[in-house]
Amino acid sequence: MINDQFYRRRYVISGIAVLIVLVYIVRLFYLQIIDQSTKDQADNNALVKHIIYPSRGLIYDRNGELLVFNQPIYEITMTMREMGKDWDTTAFCRCLDISREEFDERLVEIKDRRKNRGYSRWTPQVFMSQLKKEDIATLQEELFLFPGVDIQKRTLRDYTYKAAAHVLGSVGEVSQNDIDRDDYYIRGDYSGRDGLERTYEKQLRGEKGIEVLMRDVKGRIQGSYQDGELDRTAKAGTDLYTTLDIRLQMLAEELLAGKIGSAVAIEPKTGEILALVSNPGWNPKVLVGKERSKNYNKLLHDPTKPLMNRATQAMYPPGSTFKTIQSLVCLEQGAITPNTLYPCSGPGSTPIKCTHHHGSPVALDRAIEQSCNPYFWCAFRDLLNRDKDIHKPYEKWRNAVMQFGLGQKFTDTDLAEQSSGSIPSTQLYDKFYGKDGWKAITIRSLSIGQGEILVTPLQLANQAACIANEGYYISPHLNKNDSMRIHRHNLDIHKHHFEVVKEGMNRVMIYGTGRHYAVDSLHMAGKTGTAQNPHGRDHAIFIGFAPVEDPQIAVAVVVENAGFGATWACPVASMMIEQYLTGEVKRRDLRRRIGETVLNESVKKW
Amino acid sequence: MRASRSGNIWQNVDWITIGIFLVLVFFGWLNIYGASYTFDQTSIFDFSNRAGKQFTWIIGSLIMGIILLLIDYKTYDVLAYFAYGAMLLLLLATPFLAHDIKGSLSWISLGPVSLQPAEFAKCIVALAVAKYMGRYEYKIRTWRDLIVPFALIGVPALIIIVLQKETGSALVFAAFLLVFYRQGMSGYVLWICVAAVALFIISIRFGGIALPLGSGSVGMLSCMLLLAAVEIYFICKEHRMRWQALILIGSVFLVYGICLLINIWVTVPFDWISVGIVVALALYTVFISIYWRKYILLLVALFSLFCIGYTQACDFVFQKVLQPHQRIRIEVLLGMKEDPAGAGYNVNQARIAIGSGRFLGKGYLNGTQTKLQFVPEQDTDFIFCTVGEEWGFVGSIGVLLVYLFFILRLIEIAERQRNTSTQIYAYAVASIFLFHLTINVGMVLGLLPVIGIPLPFFSYGGSSLWGFTLLLFILLRLDAARMEQLR
Repeated sequence: MINDQFYRRRYVISGIAVLIVLVYIVRLFYLQIIDQSTKDQADNNALVKHIIYPSRGLIYDRNGELLVFNQPIYEITMTMREMGKDWDTTAFCRCLDISREEFDERLVEIKDRRKNRGYSRWTPQVFMSQLKKEDIATLQEELFLFPGVDIQKRTLRDYTYKAAAHVLGSVGEVSQNDIDRDDYYIRGDYSGRDGLERTYEKQLRGEKGIEVLMRDVKGRIQGSYQDGELDRTAKAGTDLYTTLDIRLQMLAEELLAGKIGSAVAIEPKTGEILALVSNPGWNPKVLVGKERSKNYNKLLHDPTKPLMNRATQAMYPPGSTFKTIQSLVCLEQGAITPNTLYPCSGPGSTPIKCTHHHGSPVALDRAIEQSCNPYFWCAFRDLLNRDKDIHKPYEKWRNAVMQFGLGQKFTDTDLAEQSSGSIPSTQLYDKFYGKDGWKAITIRSLSIGQGEILVTPLQLANQAACIANEGYYISPHLNKNDSMRIHRHNLDIHKHHFEVVKEGMNRVMIYGTGRHYAVDSLHMAGKTGTAQNPHGRDHAIFIGFAPVEDPQIAVAVVVENAGFGATWACPVASMMIEQYLTGEVKRRDLRRRIGETVLNESVKKW
Repeated sequence: MRASRSGNIWQNVDWITIGIFLVLVFFGWLNIYGASYTFDQTSIFDFSNRAGKQFTWIIGSLIMGIILLLIDYKTYDVLAYFAYGAMLLLLLATPFLAHDIKGSLSWISLGPVSLQPAEFAKCIVALAVAKYMGRYEYKIRTWRDLIVPFALIGVPALIIIVLQKETGSALVFAAFLLVFYRQGMSGYVLWICVAAVALFIISIRFGGIALPLGSGSVGMLSCMLLLAAVEIYFICKEHRMRWQALILIGSVFLVYGICLLINIWVTVPFDWISVGIVVALALYTVFISIYWRKYILLLVALFSLFCIGYTQACDFVFQKVLQPHQRIRIEVLLGMKEDPAGAGYNVNQARIAIGSGRFLGKGYLNGTQTKLQFVPEQDTDFIFCTVGEEWGFVGSIGVLLVYLFFILRLIEIAERQRNTSTQIYAYAVASIFLFHLTINVGMVLGLLPVIGIPLPFFSYGGSSLWGFTLLLFILLRLDAARMEQLR
């Protein structure tokens, strides 16, 4: 460069490079020539981290009944390099009761790098896993005969009851994805794959411990490093207390046997889920240990889809149970009063016929009692026709309905795998019929809970809890220790509107569709529903709560393709209420009859 | 005439550099094989192991090198800004296209291979900076002239840190300071960097240690004494009056002496006294700068006042801004924490592995530390461990000296350019290689905190190898064309 006044700076930069390399050479000289300690450490005391697995947290029900615990299992590992020439394969096979061929086959598998990417002759490789104590007893006694062989203890999940599989979830081996996402896991670790096991994975898993051991050049363990100063003991996982009532859960599973359906029970005041049943389900024990992947595949291919948690994921039209919400919204928005009368001409009514015979005209309480379709059509029509443009009143109605937790997932909860259901938006109808192409009459089915409206059983139960609470709900959840009071959702509906709806629901159980299955002393309130199903027989639906004065339990039951809500869903709910409030079911015959009836032949017991 | 000037690309290209490049790549490949070799491993070409994969990367890089040399040299200059814009867009998009690998969002999958766009960003930024600063009318006169170059390196660095969470890849851009320095940026900027690092280390390392007398911490006191010394140095340098230094130093000692005396009865807050001294000296500097009309001294006063705030902020940054794993790495490095099972594990194992190599090493493929997988990341960021263990002191020094020769050769190439923009680019290349060498080897030797950046041409990985190849071969192409430039 001409006139480059900074020419000399090249020497500064070169000097910096030389200086850095010099410093590093001095450091290398220190590490490799002067410092003797590293040589000893490397030759004699190479460090190994040995992982100690913590026991996973236990899971209890609301009454402290143990639901999920751990059983010890054993794993046999082999370090190929330490197995000398005179290693007695025959004796080893005898100890484990396996054939020579199986042994050789397994060895080939271990050494195949394509299947076992982390293979090294120097590190322990898993030879057999998930063995019971009986399986390894003989080997344990004679372990000293087989250098390189080690027995490692781990734990597997075990279950007290064959119930609540969907809620509890299961534990399985971590995927590569999990390992990439969370440094805690290494290949071969276990973690919660679904349900509560997954939601509370961090709490349940505890913390792995580490033993820092010294090992010699041959890889043999020489003892603990620095007297165990660096060791970290494993921290057991924290136990989880759930809100479930296992007796209630088991009763509901028993009653739903042979049917496809679900039942959800909630304590209204707290939002605690008392039971969450989806049938078909499976015995949680089948998704544990060696059999897990095989059984999982079977469940996956079962045409009745047992892996799907219908209680939170299946969506149904709510049918007549929706009339409760319809009443509240129409009252709040002033379309009707408790004294408003509408005429009904029974099955001859238009545009929606009534499925019951009762006097006419009717007021709201009797309309709920008799599930009068024309009444709710008229109320809905009057609500929507108050404005020339249907969009505004419809939006207002939709927002009011969604307050009940419909048409959306519960976000502030520990329930995984929910569906949001659907409350159709004005955009949907605009798209379908054109902006001015739809009127109240077009969407009349909504008035009685049919049509485009879809809800999950969990949302139905929550809806019952809203009515029981007279105007609020707490997001349904499963962890007892989680104070969910902050998750209180207040509905914008006056408290006094609930009185007439509750009265109507009480009458359902005394005079109406639910009267056959009421227990007088329990003061139940409820509403049956029969959801039309374009694919087959109607779905039977029931929501209810008890006792009316001070509700302790709110229930929703759905039985697919069962016909009338009053015949199949109502008795299940009624017995669940009885079980929860009195601790037993006195109606033994009814219990046997419902529990033993098979409505769907293809439902299997897993 | 024309023919001899421009000539054939194969005659003009710098074969010495290509030779060093080939040596480094080949030796790196051998060591990757060594690092992932587990005693009964298959061939070095087996694609199921890392060395086999690296072989394909190397072939790719050679092809890339040849193509880069065949392209017209003007292309690089013409495309510089366009490529820079495209690169910014790609960096912005990366986190959304990437999948999360241990908290970092910097990898894009293209079929079977994953690439790290940040590795290629260095080269493109270097080209853009070279183009901007190489303009005929450009010269660094005031700090304003540096705004654009700083923005050119700062924007991609920020994107990489904030969006991709790859602090290591972003720090590399600091290497451009050397480039700016060569082009006329004040040398004080480098000193300020040194001061910033020194103050940070002192205040973190000794900030928690209480003084034996009075109240206050060793860290704060040392920082302030350092600042006071800097102030006195500048006052006297400008004045050319040695006696004043003695008076100033004497009065500082006097203040401390009086404080020690008072401390017998009352606990003296020594760090505040020290801050007071620095402030007083700063005020004095302001006074004389106005009195002697040496306004440059105002900057010294401003700098020392700023540094007082900086030492206070260090602790906050360390505790609140840095992520826990970064904090622990620094604490381990400074010897504040021993954690051979956790964060210190890598560093400790690396030290053992290198140390056990002794003078001649254990011999190729005979290292035990790297074999037993005691050293994590042994074929990527910690590859130098394998060199140290298997080739010993001799081999390690050899590798370092080859790198040094390589960097000095790049500086040589830079200095022989007639075109300023090529010269700037060449310096950028040299600085980036120097930075990588310094940080990577310093980390392995336990002299610097663990920052995950690769050792050029050595570490396993396609992105880094290709990124460095791009950087180097564009320079070789530009250099080969130097004769075509008119003086």
